[in-house]
Amino acid sequence: MSAYRITGETGEWEVIVGLEVHAQIVSQSKLFSGASAEYGGEPNTHVSLVDAGFPGMLPVLNRECVAQAVRTGLGLRAQINLFSRFDRKNYFYADLPTGYQISQFEHPIVGKGTVEIELSDGEIRHIGVTRMHMEQDAGKSIHDQDPTRSFIDLNRAGVALMEIVSEPDIRSPEEAGAYLRKLRQILRYLGTCDGNMEEGSMRADVNVSVRREGEEGYRTRCEIKNVNSVRFVMQAIEVEAQRQVDIWESGGEIDQETRLFDHVKSETRSLRTKEDAHDYRYFPEPDLLPLVIEQSWVDELKAALPELPEDKRARLEKEYGVSRYESGVLTAEQSVADFYETVARGADARLATNWILGDFFAALNRTGRSIEDSPVSAEALRELLSLISDSTINGKIAKEVFEDMVETGEKPSVIVDRKGLRQVTDTGAIEAAISDILAANADKVEEYRSGKDKLFGFFVGQTMKAMKGKANPAMVNELLKRLLAS
Amino acid sequence: MMSSIFDHTLASAREALRSRKISAVELVDAHIDAIERLDDGLNSFITRTPEQARLAAKEADALLAKGEGGSLCGLPIGIKDLFATEGVRTTAASKILGNFVPPYESTVTANLKRDGAISLGKLNLDEFAMGSTNLTSAFGGVENPWKRRDSDAKLVPGGSSGGSAAAVAAGLVLGATGTDTGGSIRQPAAFCGIAGIKPTYGRCSRFGTIAFASSLDQAGPMARTLQDCAILLESMAGFDPKDSTSVNRPVPHYEAALGRGVKGLKVGIPKEYRIDGLPAEIEAIWQQGINWLKEAGAEVVDISLPHTKYGLPAYYIAALAEASSNLARYDGVRFGERVSGASLDALYEATRAAGFGDEVKRRILLGTYVLSSGYYDAYYLRAQKVRTLLQRDFLKAYETVDVILAPTAPSGAFAWDEKPTDPVQVYLNDVFTVPASMAGVPALSVPAGLDGRGVPLGLQLIGRFFDEETLLAAGSVLEQAASFTHRPTIHAGVSA
Repeated sequence: MSAYRITGETGEWEVIVGLEVHAQIVSQSKLFSGASAEYGGEPNTHVSLVDAGFPGMLPVLNRECVAQAVRTGLGLRAQINLFSRFDRKNYFYADLPTGYQISQFEHPIVGKGTVEIELSDGEIRHIGVTRMHMEQDAGKSIHDQDPTRSFIDLNRAGVALMEIVSEPDIRSPEEAGAYLRKLRQILRYLGTCDGNMEEGSMRADVNVSVRREGEEGYRTRCEIKNVNSVRFVMQAIEVEAQRQVDIWESGGEIDQETRLFDHVKSETRSLRTKEDAHDYRYFPEPDLLPLVIEQSWVDELKAALPELPEDKRARLEKEYGVSRYESGVLTAEQSVADFYETVARGADARLATNWILGDFFAALNRTGRSIEDSPVSAEALRELLSLISDSTINGKIAKEVFEDMVETGEKPSVIVDRKGLRQVTDTGAIEAAISDILAANADKVEEYRSGKDKLFGFFVGQTMKAMKGKANPAMVNELLKRLLAS
Repeated sequence: MMSSIFDHTLASAREALRSRKISAVELVDAHIDAIERLDDGLNSFITRTPEQARLAAKEADALLAKGEGGSLCGLPIGIKDLFATEGVRTTAASKILGNFVPPYESTVTANLKRDGAISLGKLNLDEFAMGSTNLTSAFGGVENPWKRRDSDAKLVPGGSSGGSAAAVAAGLVLGATGTDTGGSIRQPAAFCGIAGIKPTYGRCSRFGTIAFASSLDQAGPMARTLQDCAILLESMAGFDPKDSTSVNRPVPHYEAALGRGVKGLKVGIPKEYRIDGLPAEIEAIWQQGINWLKEAGAEVVDISLPHTKYGLPAYYIAALAEASSNLARYDGVRFGERVSGASLDALYEATRAAGFGDEVKRRILLGTYVLSSGYYDAYYLRAQKVRTLLQRDFLKAYETVDVILAPTAPSGAFAWDEKPTDPVQVYLNDVFTVPASMAGVPALSVPAGLDGRGVPLGLQLIGRFFDEETLLAAGSVLEQAASFTHRPTIHAGVSA
């Protein structure tokens, strides 16, 4: 694919992007306390004394969160560090109860890894992961409910996050989007993050710089904080890169700063400059021992990992003969792949693929349902396909049965029986219907016989109509040919 | 024969309660009365809880009458006001916590309660345990019940557990909890003529204890005798899943170690502790201690702890760095005192300016500075390296000796108005106590005698990791040899 370039007055510019993704760990309780980590809930109902930073309270590390971080590291094909450590990141804010965030600064639990992305033209790229660490989330400040006061909700305070830092390997908005989607897909497959960007369980800090085509090294970058959708990340990169190019082109300098993306105005705005940057005064968290994990435990977690998207994709292509494009669609979500395999296993795989990608997805779209609460179960769809395969119904009738299934949720065999849709394979019945039609259309029979082959379709249509669509199409063809020839 | 209820040690009172020679109600009432008589002057309590104590005493008597009750059943003690106590105001001697009443109990005090100890209230301390005079308390300084023979001047009780030391010394309680970060149990114990133990870091849970410097803070007992300390420590200590730095190993029966003696024990005398300008009286009491241990059959050897001189500066860097972070939560947002401001930053500034005293502010500033970008390596990181070296010094010493003997403090108690104006001079009080804190090893102080003006002096023993028992064995030998029976001028058993 042709490289993404911004054309300035003086030449072409390349965009350099690195992403820091904060992903909320799926866990029952918070990283260092027993309070529920569930999203939502009335304000300040999921808060323990530890989360609220009461005097004398101490953090105790949640083992399940560590397991989730290790699983994620394995999913990113990354180095798992058996020794890691927590540090305190100190800053004052009203929704940060202790005045410090417990994070991993110097010794993260996960080291270098890679994420493979596929672009729209099929090009495969590998984006490096620098590191991934665990940290606790802050609470939420609410400024818009009272003219003079702010409110604080600590439900989120202390919830476990993973911060996944990419290398500056991303070169276009499209790549950034593909990276985020792929990351989300991996996390969802692993069950370590639900990837829900609307609820804030995944958000990204976007580092953007530009350089002239062919230039070595990097120019000053800006960080766009807390962007909460894939689309906004892509837009933010586009407008920020353009802003930087404009400044360089007009002889200006980029200041290293933190910026915000305003999607309404489609622009980035300065939040704080380098001079105002916090001095976080990191130091090792003295309330926690260094985190030392055993290789054997990592091996156990690895053995229990689910099949990852890339592996699943390759397997589906091999086992079910689906195309590269189809495998991509079928593995986008683990639930789709599971649905597909339930239908396709032991059935006509091609038929299953066509049905799921066609009528089934269309029905989901139309009814606004997700695959998890699909009106048609995988078992029911498989049964429908087997009714086609064993010639109980033909493809056209199957579509009618399927619509009925969507509406009523009934099993296909029940619908077929109720509506009397069983395919007619009785030669005598079909012959009788054909004879009537030929008799009633003697002129057209004459035309056909004198060479107007196109009329064959007309006879098929008439026969199927007479048989209410239930005639076996192959038999109709065969009998028509024979009777028209005689 | 006992002439007064105030002649009891914790151990003898325990026996008297069990044999029903006295009742818990009698014992507790007598101590509450003593507090009422004496503590308006001493100011060792910040919060008194006589009603709760009287109720608890009745319950204790009911249990004792049935021959039941825990190891501390019915014994009146005091709690340093750094331990959170459920439903009882907990201040850390700071205005910023004001009327903070925690809805939770620290593990150490919960353990004492479980075993039947009765708290008479919350004891004064240096604000957030930062000090060695107990003069930095927002609730006023504590007077040492001891006086010089030749003067009526108020003496400091030491700190930070000054209220605990003064209350025990004056007979207001039979024992008290303390916390020791760089000497906060040992130095006030020495200043007030009582015993105190700083256990190995990790022995007692820190859960519910207001943090000063998390990697150094350790709770311990303070009482008239080492036996009393042993009884209290056995209750206070133990693994706590709520404190990740607490250590999961069994708690020994400490009392049993007291009679072991020191025959064949090797006692190290660190040459680096013979600092310039050490008063002759301190030198003399140290030598006395050496002699006592030798006479009891110990072998005394000179040792070197080569990095000792870096201990104090490294301690003040490490401790204050942690403190600056630990005290960030006192921001007026969720609990404690709040002074409003036009913005969030203004609220922080006003709250913390009004809520913290000068010493605490000084330490927060220093701690913030040493962690700041560009200074971290030069200060914090170096201090951590020194800490490792100090620990190595001790480990090396313990290859040849079992326990180390040193003075507890470079002087006896000084007068309130003799407190140096230079904070660094005050910090020098901790010179002998800080190394054990930095290494995490256990140490204790026992009263060894009086100086020329009648003020108590203490001796310090420093032991191996988790070997509080050898400390108690050696300490007990010193205690018996010293037979320290002197009483302070202000004492519950002395009628006014």
